[in-house]
Parts: sequence; C-alpha cells; structure tokens
Amino acid sequence: MSTQGKLRVIGKARRRVDGRAKVTGLTRFADDIVLPRMLHCRLLRSPHPHAEILEIITGKAEKLPGVHLILTGKDFPVTFGIMPVAQDEYPLANGRVRYVGDPIAAVIAKDEQTATEALDLIEVKFKQLKTISNPEEALQNPEPRIHDYGDQGNIHRIQSYEFGDVDEALAKSDHVFDDLFFYEGNTHLPIEQHASVAAPDGEGKLTLWSSTQVPHYIHRALARALQMPASHIRVIACPNGGGFGGKCDLHNHEIVVSRAALKLGRPVKICLNREEVFYMHRGRHPVLMRMRTGVTKDGKLTGMHLQTLLDGGGYGSYGPASTFYTGVLQTVTYELPRYKFDACRAFTNKPPCGPKRGHGTPQPRFGQEVQLDKIAEKLKLDPAELRLNIVAKPDTLTANWLKIGTIGLAECIRQATARSDWKKKFRKMGPGRGIGIACSSYLSGAGLPIYWNKMPHSGVQLLADRSGQVTVFCGATEIGQGSDDVLAAMVAEVLGMDPYDIRCVTGDTALTPVDLGSYSSRVTVMMGNAAIQAAEKLKAQIAEAAGEQLEVIPSRLSFSDGRVFVTENSNKSLSFKEAVEFAEVKFGTLGAVGSYTPPRAPGRYKGAGVGPSPAYSYSACVVEVEVDQATGWIAVPKIWIAHDIGRTVNPVLARGQVEGSVYMGLAEALMEEQVFRRLPPKMSHALVHKIPSLLEYKSPTSLDMPEIDTILIEDPDPNCPFGAKEAGQGPLLPVMPAVANAIFDAVGVRIDELPITPDKVLKALELKAAGKNPRVGPERFPLVPYPKSIFVLPPWEGGDGKESKRDDAVAVV
Amino acid sequence: MMRLPWFDYRAPRTVAEAAKILAGEGPGAMLIAGGTDLLPNMKRRHQTPKVLVSLRGIPSLKSFSNGSGVAFGSGLTLTEVIRNEKTPTALYQAAAQVATVHLRNSGTLGGNLCLDTRCTYYNQNHEWRKAIDFCLKKDGDICWVATASKRCVAVSSTDTAPALIALNAKVILEGVPGQREIPVENLYRNDGIDYLSRKPDEILTQISIPGGWESTYWKLRRRGAFDFPILGVAIALQFSSEKIIQEARVALGAAASRPFLLEKASEFLKGKKLSDDVIAETSTLIASRAKPLDNTDMDLYWRKEVADDFAGYALRELRGDDMRATRLRIARFAV
Amino acid sequence: MAAVPQRVHLKFLVNGEETPVSFAPYKTLLEVLREDLNLTGTKHGCELGECGACAVLIDGEPHLSCLVLGVECEGRRIETVEGLADGAELHPLQAAFADLGAAQCGYCTPGILMTAKALLDKDPNPSRETIKEAISGNLCRCTGYQQIFEAIEEAAVRMKP
Ligand SMILES: Cc1cc2nc3c(=O)[nH]c(=O)nc-3n(C[C@H](O)[C@H](O)[C@H](O)COP(=O)(O)OP(=O)(O)OC[C@H]3O[C@@H](n4cnc5c(N)ncnc54)[C@H](O)[C@@H]3O)c2cc1C
Ligand code: SF4
Ligand code: FES
Ligand code: FES
Repeated sequence: MSTQGKLRVIGKARRRVDGRAKVTGLTRFADDIVLPRMLHCRLLRSPHPHAEILEIITGKAEKLPGVHLILTGKDFPVTFGIMPVAQDEYPLANGRVRYVGDPIAAVIAKDEQTATEALDLIEVKFKQLKTISNPEEALQNPEPRIHDYGDQGNIHRIQSYEFGDVDEALAKSDHVFDDLFFYEGNTHLPIEQHASVAAPDGEGKLTLWSSTQVPHYIHRALARALQMPASHIRVIACPNGGGFGGKCDLHNHEIVVSRAALKLGRPVKICLNREEVFYMHRGRHPVLMRMRTGVTKDGKLTGMHLQTLLDGGGYGSYGPASTFYTGVLQTVTYELPRYKFDACRAFTNKPPCGPKRGHGTPQPRFGQEVQLDKIAEKLKLDPAELRLNIVAKPDTLTANWLKIGTIGLAECIRQATARSDWKKKFRKMGPGRGIGIACSSYLSGAGLPIYWNKMPHSGVQLLADRSGQVTVFCGATEIGQGSDDVLAAMVAEVLGMDPYDIRCVTGDTALTPVDLGSYSSRVTVMMGNAAIQAAEKLKAQIAEAAGEQLEVIPSRLSFSDGRVFVTENSNKSLSFKEAVEFAEVKFGTLGAVGSYTPPRAPGRYKGAGVGPSPAYSYSACVVEVEVDQATGWIAVPKIWIAHDIGRTVNPVLARGQVEGSVYMGLAEALMEEQVFRRLPPKMSHALVHKIPSLLEYKSPTSLDMPEIDTILIEDPDPNCPFGAKEAGQGPLLPVMPAVANAIFDAVGVRIDELPITPDKVLKALELKAAGKNPRVGPERFPLVPYPKSIFVLPPWEGGDGKESKRDDAVAVV
Repeated sequence: MMRLPWFDYRAPRTVAEAAKILAGEGPGAMLIAGGTDLLPNMKRRHQTPKVLVSLRGIPSLKSFSNGSGVAFGSGLTLTEVIRNEKTPTALYQAAAQVATVHLRNSGTLGGNLCLDTRCTYYNQNHEWRKAIDFCLKKDGDICWVATASKRCVAVSSTDTAPALIALNAKVILEGVPGQREIPVENLYRNDGIDYLSRKPDEILTQISIPGGWESTYWKLRRRGAFDFPILGVAIALQFSSEKIIQEARVALGAAASRPFLLEKASEFLKGKKLSDDVIAETSTLIASRAKPLDNTDMDLYWRKEVADDFAGYALRELRGDDMRATRLRIARFAV
Repeated sequence: MAAVPQRVHLKFLVNGEETPVSFAPYKTLLEVLREDLNLTGTKHGCELGECGACAVLIDGEPHLSCLVLGVECEGRRIETVEGLADGAELHPLQAAFADLGAAQCGYCTPGILMTAKALLDKDPNPSRETIKEAISGNLCRCTGYQQIFEAIEEAAVRMKP
C-alpha cells in the first residue's frame, strides 16, 4: 500500500489528458465564451506617458446608440495591486496616468465596433508632467514623483544584503573580475490576447472567466477592488493560450468588466488587442548589472558583489519580488562563500514590469555565466571543467541561507558536453564558428506566497463514487504547461487508474481548493504533493474496505490497471469500481483532501522569504553558432540542453517545456526587446512602445529555430512528488549566456548586453580590428544610493540565519 | 479584436467598370486585391475608404501569357507567380520571400507593387499614433524620422518591385480614358505619401517582363518569414558567350521611398567580367546609394554597412559562385 | 453612411455544410466564423496578418481569416478546425499533435493544423525543410516548433495507406 515500486503512469510518454480538446478546437479560451445578452467593453487608454487628468467629457459617447455604460476613475475609488506592499494601481486612472496605455475610461456597448466608435467621442483634458524615461532619469529626478510611495523619490525599492564580508574576500582573491552587463526588457507575448468575461448570476453574485494564471490571487484582489465579499465572487481561470508570467497580475480590465457586469446586470466581455497586451506587459525588467567576483587561481569563487538597477515601469506589480530575484538565486548553482547583493528598482513612465519566465533571475544569470566564461578564458581553463569544479553540493546551505537538496548539475554538464562533442569543438571550430556553455538553476515553487499566511499553498480534493469515477478538484491553472495532466497522472499513479479515466476540475475558486496558481514553477511540486496526499487518503479508505472483502490486511493490497488485488495473488481481486462501492458502504460518501505547504526556510533575516524553494532544478546548455565576420550575422545551427528534472512525469510534456524554454531563451538572446521611443524632448513629451506588434516585436518562426537536443537528467528529489522538479522555466536561463559565450568562441568578441544583434557583433569586430577592447556592452554604472547592507553571516561563518552586526563577522574572521 | 471601419463594397466584373467606379467615387474609393496590405491598414485607420472596389471578380487580371517574355495579370497571387515555372529567377526569389505562405496565397502581384510605404512611426494603431500626435504621412504635421523634413521618408517595402525593375519589366495602367504602359521604375515617386505615379482612376492590370536576363534577388530581414525587407538587392545581367556583361540592371528596394534603378552601377558593369575587383567596386557603388533611416527594423548604421556585402552576394551568385550556404543562413530557407 | 447595409445575408460553405449567415459587412471571415457562426475553434492573435493563429483553408489553401473579407467568401470552400475530424475520429494530424506534444497551450494549434493539412494534402511525404517552410507563417510561443515538426511527420506516416 505505498507509492513505491514500479511506476505505471509516471514517466511514460503519453498523450496529455487535455490533448484531444486542444486539437479539436474545443478548449474554451476566455474569448471563446459567448453568453446571452453579452455586451462588449473597450478601454480608452492614455496617449501621454505622464499626466494629470483635468477633465473627462463623456457626454457625446454616452449618446451614441448602442452604448450602455461608460465608466471612469470615479467608479473605482480603491487601489489594487497584486502584492500587498504595492497597492498602487487604479482600474481606471484616478486623476493621473503613468504610461502610454494606462486605462482612463471604459465603454460598454452592444458590440466592439460601437464601443470603439464611442472611445473616439470621449474627450480628456490633460496637464502633462515631466517624462521619466529610464532609471537614470528616475535617479536624477526625484520630482515629479511617479508615485507618492516607495523608498525615495522615484525609487520604488532599494536594498542591500551582505552575507559575509565580501570586500575582504575579494581583497584576498587571486583575481577580481569586475564586469558590467545589461539585459534589455522583453515581454511574454502569449499568442492569446488577454480576455475576460464577467457575468452576474441569478443571485446577483459575480462570475469572472479570465485568461489568468492565478485565479486565487485574482479572487482575493478582486474582492478588495470591488469592495465585495469574496464569497460573492467566483473566478474561473480559463485555459490560457500561453501565459509565461504575463497573466499573473490582476489586470485593470478584469476589474472593469466585473464592475460593469454588476452594474448592468448583464455579461460583459473584453478582449485586448495586441497593442494593449504590450501595455499590460508585467514582463522582464531591463536590468543594468555590475558584478565583481573574486576567484582563486584554480577557478574557485571566493565572493561576489552584485549590484542591479531595474527599470520597473509605471507601477509596482510584482516588482518587490522581482527586485529580490535579481540577486537571491546567484548562490544556488556554484559554491560561493560570500555574497553581497545591492538592488534598486526605479519607477519610469512605461508599462510596468513584472514576472516573466525565470522571474528576475535570467538577467544576473546572464551576467554570471558570461563572467565565468571570461574567468575561464583568463585562467586558461576549460569553461565546462571550471563549472564542474565549483558545482554546489547537495544537501547544503548557501551563503544566503537557501537550502539546496538534490543537484544534478554536474551530470547535466557532463551530458551536454558529451552529446555536443564539446572537447573536440571548443576553441577548435575555426574562424566564424564557435560553441559556448552556460548553466543555471531555478525554483521549483516559491517558498512563500505573495501575501503572508501560513495556510497551504496547494489543496486537492478528490471525489470517488460507486460509478467508479474519480474527480480531482484543484485550484491549479492550465496555461499550456500540462498542469491537468500532472494532476491526473499523480492521482492515477496512486490509485492504479488510467489517467484518462480521471476528471480534472481546476482553476475555479467556487469549486476547487486553493492553489496559488501557475507561477514560479510551483505547480508540479506543490499541487503534485497535495494530490498524492489526497489520493493516498482515499486509497487507504478503499483499501480498508477492499481488504475486508478479500480478507487480507490493507497493506497487502495493490492498486493497478483499474483493479485492487492481493499483491501476492492477483487472482484475489476487485475492480476499482467494486472496491469503491464497498468503501462507500463502509464509510459513507467518499472524499479526501490533500494539501501542501513548503518546508520552512532556514534563513531568519528580513527578506529571507524570497529565494527558498522545496527544490531547485538545474540545467546546462551548449550552443553552437556561426558568425559572419563581415556582417556580424548570427546563425545558430544547434542547441544541446540537459535539465535536472528530478523525475519526468510525462516525457512528452517535459521535453515540450524544455524546448519551449530554449525557444524563448534564444529569442531573448538574439532578437526580442521591449523598447521605447522618446520623441525629441524639446518637441514632445511622448514616450511610446517602439514596436507593439507581432510583426515588429520579433518572435522566431519555425525557420529561425535550430535543432534542439534535449537531455532529461533524473535524480528524484525527496521533497517532490515522485521526485519531480520543475522544467518550465529553468531551461530558459542558460541559453542567453551560452549564445554570448559561443559568439566569443567564434569571433573573439564579448557582447555583454542582450539581445545580441548583428550590429553589436559587427561593432565589436570593428573594435577588435582596430586593436581596441572587442566588447560591446554598458560602459558605466550610475551612482545608486544603496543603503547600508543587512548583514548576515553565512552558515559556515557561525551565523544563525539572522541579521547580525558586521562586527560579529570581524570577530570570526 | 482589431476591426475594419464601415465601408461600401463593390465587385465589378471588368477593369473598365472598376475604373468607372473609381472615377465616379473619387478619392473615397480604393481598390482591394488580396487585401493583405490594405486591410491591416484599414484596421489601423491609415486608410478609411468609403468604398472598396474589389478586383477579385475580374477574370482578365488573372491572365498569364508567355511569348518572347512573360506577362502576368496583376491579380495573380504571389503563390501563383511562384508556382509558375516561367517566372524569372529574381521575381521568383522576391515573391517567395514575401511575408508568409498564407499571405502569399491571398496577396497579389499587383497589390505588392502598389504596397503602401512603411515606417515604424506609421505602421501602428490609431491610438499609438495619437500618442506621438501623428506624423506627416497621416493626420499630423511633423516627420518624426527627420523632423526638419518637409517630405515623408517612409520606406518602399515591396519585394517584387526591385526585382521587376532589374528585369526591365513594364506595367500597364488602365483608367477611364484608356491605358498606358510604363517601366516599373516609373510607377514610383520618391515620396512616402504620394508614392505612386498611378492616377486615381487607374488600375494596374499587367506586368510584362522581357526574356534573356540572368537575375537574382537578395533580401535582408530579421526572420525567415513575415518580415518586410530592410534591404533588397536585385540584379539582372545579360552575358556574352565569353561571360562579358552586355546589359546590366541593378535595383534597390527598401532603401528609399521608392524602389529605384542604379544607373551608375548598371553602367559600370557593362563590358566587364565579374572579377573579384569588379564585384567589390560595384558593391561599393551600390552601397553608396543605400540611405537607410531609423524607421525600419534593425540598426540603421548596420544596414548601411552591410549593403555592400549583400550586393556582393548577388553579384557572386550571378558569376556562378555557390552561394547556397550564405543564402540559407540569411534567408533561412532554400530560395 | 446611410448607403451601407447594416447586415448582409450570404450563404457560406463551411466544413462541407452550406449555411446561411447574416453579419455586419465590415467583418472579416475570422469575425464571421467566431461571432456569427459560433465556430470559435479558429483563433486570433493580432488580426493584422502577423501570427497565423487565424489560418483556415479556403478552396484547399491556407489563408488568414483575419484578412479575408466576409463579403468575399460566398461560393468558396472554407475548412476550419471543427471540420478536421471525421465525426469522432480524429484526423491523423490531430491525433499526432495530441500524442506528441505539438499542442501545448493549444492556441496556435488550429491554425497550424489547418496549414499542415493543406501541406499533407499536396505533399504526403514532406521533408523536415518543407514542413518548416510550410508552417513558418504560424507563430507558436510555447513549443519551439520541434514537436510540431515531429507530429506532422508522424501524421504523414500514419496517413500512408
Ligand atoms: C505580416 C505581413 C508581412 C508582410 N511581408 C511582406 C514582405 O515581406 N514583402 C512584401 O513585399 N510585402 C509584404 N506584405 C505585404 C503584402 O502582403 C504584400 O505586399 C501583398 O503582395 C499585397 O498584395 P495584396 O493583393 O494583398 O494587396 P492589397 O492589400 O489588396 O492592396 C495593396 C494596395 O495596392 C492597391 N492595389 C491593389 N491592387 C491594385 C491594382 N491592380 N492596381 C492598382 N492598385 C492596386 C490597393 O488599393 C492598396 O492600396 C506583408 C503583409 C503582412 C500583413
Ligand atoms: S517617414 Fe516621417 S512622415 Fe513618413 S511615416 Fe515616417 S514619421 Fe511619418
Ligand atoms: S489573427 Fe490573423 S494572422 Fe494573427
Ligand atoms: S502551443 Fe501555445 S502558442 Fe503554440
């Protein structure tokens, strides 16, 4: 009666349980929902990056036939925000707009065409304010403040942490590498544009169907925004047509259609157009980094001092978490005795940044992995060997008190280099051709929720009845990653069922137990553990009843292939259905719940909550490139990626997650950028997204993708369901630095900023030809007023995980 | 969902009938062929024609004839042009690299030649353009690319036009008073707003291409599909039996508000063999005429710098060098 | 604009069925399919021809329904993802896509399935290169395309008589 032994479902390549719906057009995305009497909403958005609203004149629009309602900021007196510490948005602007695209008014009309026509009839009078277009301007201009909260002026968050005396460590190092890197912002670009339908039910309560990754957070936040009890709100997360972190915030339009539906007593739908999706953003922060790293002459790290400057855009979003994530995971990949991390997030008049696949960590990962390549070059070491030598050890604590469990990174490096023939290729491919390596690690779920509480992160409820059917209820959300498939697989494995016989009801706050949502790669681990717990409970009940019938003790029963049988004598058996009938007789109506809360993290200092995870995944990536020396044109013929997944639940889906991550990583490496145009300040205040379209924001086509060789490394993690860690974000992280390192191998130039475009390569080649430093990247790091560090001693320097006085450290050393 | 504005729809059966509608309705009417350029523009409110005059139902525009040269009806789709074995190489290579499979199934050769000029300040939604207070080309009075300019410098982005210019093709324009035939290069004006010399009631009906040219087209763009050219180099040559160039025509696309013939470079090639030196010199001559501006994809200085490399690729290919690997790396598929 | 009718009434031939439909004349085929014929299987990601999510077959060739006028569709044979399966029997492409992970979020899937169908109808044995070219007008943000290529190849194998 245990989950050990031969696995029948887990690890088998299968069609996903929701696969059929996806290929028949039956998967119902939010915009596919049509309800009787449904009206349509469109939003009027700000044409100015920073302005006060003096007046909104809606009279003409109201009179347009077919218009039912116009809403403005007056209808929404309460702020909202996804994080409790950043309640800084209004559904419709309350006297102030902070970026081009900030919503001002909403029209609800009989159809979208009419609503659009009405938008043109609304007149808004503005008083323009100074445009703050980047973090440096934000630092130089504390006034006008974009928000009247935040750490100072136009700085949203500014912080510093030091784990052991880093200056001392660097002073004692054989070499110190001091590098600047810049990672341009980019966005999620799901092919599905955000859509929501809100409808009042017969009792006047609200249902919201939405393309969201986080129905529970939306539920909570919506209750506050609408000033309505959560018990009167039901949020249903429709399957997402791609999320990647872009559907993790409560969005203005979700609140607006909810309010409108309640006011009008009719369903109201909105579907953003592509330009608006670019404005919702919440994507990758542009980050400028300075990284000082000490190494011994044999390539061991002695300490690192990382400074980051994030361009946050116009609102908080997940920014406080993002700010932490640009630093906290630098320690979990390689042994790093001491670490200091300063971070600053500035407000600017652009669409707000937030979490995109890898949340905050790809930027410093890029810097670290490129810097390691420079270190290897200088020390004349093979960069793969150098990494193998410093891979973090399993079951250890890091300098910043994160707990590493299993770590398959060394095996990832070995496999990726073996499969790519690394030894034969590195520095040997001839002019214009090169190969590069980089590694990474990522969370399998954030250790803490975004609002502080001690309740479970994931809950699963099971229903089984005499028909033999099993239904699983869970708040988790299907965004393409296959969360329904994982859920069905876990339950099926425990109960010895066929996963296709299990019905999943997910992402519905009225029906399903809370799960925090599809972000931070948490679903497989957290939902999976909760599902196993629930299934084991149900199994115990069924086994007890079946044992009585078969006259054996429950522990001698096995569940498999839809039957319950005596382990040593499979002829003595019941069908699963019969066994459930007996259990229903014995116990009454059957049901079981399971829940999961991550283990408490060892760090005790303020801020220690960001970074801990039940398990970390690891990846190693090798990229081959061809660079044309005359034009800088870059071609990528092949990518190898080895990913430490713990255990593979469904290899088809796992490979898909890894390859999808590589795709997005390569796109970030070579072409994607969320960039803005500032018109000449003397002539205009304008600051607009340069390319808010699927044509000009470049996402690679099938012709632009190289072959990917995916290697899944299995080393089951005891904290994870059947040992399975995440696969959906980690494998993105090493791709960008591996590309940069391969370009260096090919043509000997360093591009220390992303994306790496042919013009930058050509510029670096020209510098090289002129005998100058063949590098393109940021040249300076501005003066940032980082505060005095919170000082924490690393575990091996006698710390207890709490903040300590710096003097304690001096005493120890 | 981006939607079209309201319009009245007409479906004439003959060119004469279409011309008559155009003449009668005045500037409020526009032709629609495949609609792959016009419809996105209408959705973004660049063009809001009162009347759409569809060319789909005019059988004569689907003609193809093959004599001393070839003549394509303007209503043939790019897919039909690609599938036609008689299509000259440069035109084939240009058409095959337009947009995507789907768009080539809808988009016509005539529509491609009459494609609106493009600019990253212009090819945006109405709401976006409001945020920059519009620009000269539509609803505004400043050109944001060159703020001192009195002229819109939006970029001609048709792939087939430079190829057809190099091939010395001609087009027939038919209006109410009758028809005229002009060289393709004369169809264009170097003005981002008023970019065609076509009269308002004229319909481009036919494209005829003389035979005898060896030709090639090289397109620079970011991705293997979708993207408009940010540089197009088309070259057509006629060789003597000793491989001496008798006739040469070099054309550039996506380098100004019109595609244009490079007389100097063309003249320079005549009477020469394609030696490495000749290729290098010609490439420099060609590149000197490429004057990219900051209104397309990719860095403008880079676009300027690589123009001679692209010209070199084209010339080497015509010399008979095996350029397949380079082609593959740039086009990302075998063209 | 008084002259423009509020609605037009036409007969469409969709998935082998002749259907009368009435719609506002500014609508594209995409809008008519989704909003007036309730065929929401066809998706949209830009409505400007820039993604391929809305691809359907017209007279056997893939077109972008977001750039085809509804008023120009009468008399043309339209196929959408809803018509791909034969009753409850999935088309081999659908089965292979589901089996091999070619549909992750599934949003680009209908457009790619229809595009791939046109390919296999013409070329039952496409090379990997041909497949790459054929679907290069369909953006997928989830898969990195590799499993899509494999599924199309697998479908081609399964379709062999
Ligand atoms: C995402 C995307 C990518 C694209 N990429 C490319 C590309 O890479 N290269 C490229 O060249 N094009 C590209 N295009 C543009 C377009 O698809 C093609 O140029 C196509 O060939 C246009 O033909 P059409 O028949 O669809 O033109 P339409 O849209 O029907 O017409 C275009 C213009 O020409 C006029 N017109 C059409 N036919 C005639 C005629 N017979 N006589 C007079 N005027 C006429 C119309 O009034 C209209 O102003 C792209 C379009 C999109 C949406
Ligand atoms: S070139 Fe100038 S006027 Fe022309 S579209 Fe661009 S910004 Fe407008
Ligand atoms: S919706 Fe038609 S191409 Fe994007
Ligand atoms: S499967 Fe999600 S976009 Fe292709």
